[in-house]
Amino acid sequence: MPDASAVQGEQGKGGDEAGLDRPHSLWHLFVAFSALAMQGFGGVIAVAQRELCERRRWLTPQDFVELLSGAQVLPGPNVCNLSLMIGDRFFGWRGALVALAGMIAAPMALMLTLAWLLGEAANVGHAQDVIRHALGGIAAVAAGQIIGTVLKLAAPVKDHVLGWPACVALAALAFSMMAWLHWPLVWVLLGLGSLTCVGTYVLLRRRAVGKGSTA
Amino acid sequence: MTPLMWSPDIWWALFGHFLALSLMSIGGVITLVPDMHRRLVTDAGLLNDTDFTSAIALAQAAPGPNVLFVALMGWYSGGLGGALVSMVGIMLPSTTLALAVSRWVSTRRHWLSVQAFQAGMVPVTIGLLLATGWHLAPPIQTAPKALLLSAVIALLVWRTKVSLIWLVAAGAVLGGLGLV
Repeated sequence: MPDASAVQGEQGKGGDEAGLDRPHSLWHLFVAFSALAMQGFGGVIAVAQRELCERRRWLTPQDFVELLSGAQVLPGPNVCNLSLMIGDRFFGWRGALVALAGMIAAPMALMLTLAWLLGEAANVGHAQDVIRHALGGIAAVAAGQIIGTVLKLAAPVKDHVLGWPACVALAALAFSMMAWLHWPLVWVLLGLGSLTCVGTYVLLRRRAVGKGSTA
Repeated sequence: MTPLMWSPDIWWALFGHFLALSLMSIGGVITLVPDMHRRLVTDAGLLNDTDFTSAIALAQAAPGPNVLFVALMGWYSGGLGGALVSMVGIMLPSTTLALAVSRWVSTRRHWLSVQAFQAGMVPVTIGLLLATGWHLAPPIQTAPKALLLSAVIALLVWRTKVSLIWLVAAGAVLGGLGLV
């Protein structure tokens, strides 16, 4: 990272005041990310915030929000992008890979073992029905969790530069393209996404020019 | 299902599909669920509907990032090798790009185009995430009680700080008892 030293310098200064800590080795980083990943049922973001900001004090909440918004805009799993960025901040590219490995390795091993055991259990008569029904119940919960998270994420839209009615209309349009028209995702991203980005750019530019002329 | 099955043809197909999907996963890999269903189940027939839904449900039930449902889809289609190539496929492009872009952007935060992109994608991402929830939601005709459960969970997640693990456990128990 070209400005890694500058960022860490600022962090260091702020760190003394805020009492921030940092991982002392790559192994420490790996263990911390494995631990928080293994606690994250139905989403890791909430646990990550609690562990990294409150328990280990490696980041301020402000750092966390800024990194997360970057992670959400980029393609890839949000929490994995977040791990990359946090690892990169402390130890460069090696830290990025170690944090990502910590996030994935242990939960993946556990889940594949679970899937294998469930596959074996499926051969034991009645167990298959119970497991299938239990998974059906969990799927219903999963759908509800995603919709609940959408409602949370929608709150900051009220301050969006496009205005909240336009944002709601755009979100509804994206939803309809996927859920009812079954368009391939890339069309929605390239078509609607580039339109909203250009629209946002024009409004931001107008606002910037307006500020410039009043100043 | 044999975990150690040897099936390079299936592995290549899985790797190709997930590699192609990786860079489209803005807003999280879960937003790709409708597209994955079209590719893996409808078009290629690598997975059946039950395994597809179980992969997502099990990944939600187990700890860790939700992206691990991709490993399970690989597992159900191609065993342990399928799980590994699927994860490498979905992670490799996005990880490389994320690292490169976050380093590039961190030096150019004041650029208007950077700010416009970051803000402009927000409503689209929200709509896509909602479509994912819709896709996973139980159908009202055959499972009205399960759909009611989804609605209650959505409210609880939105309005309260109740631990998500308890909600998952409640779903498993209600489902296992045949109540939803």
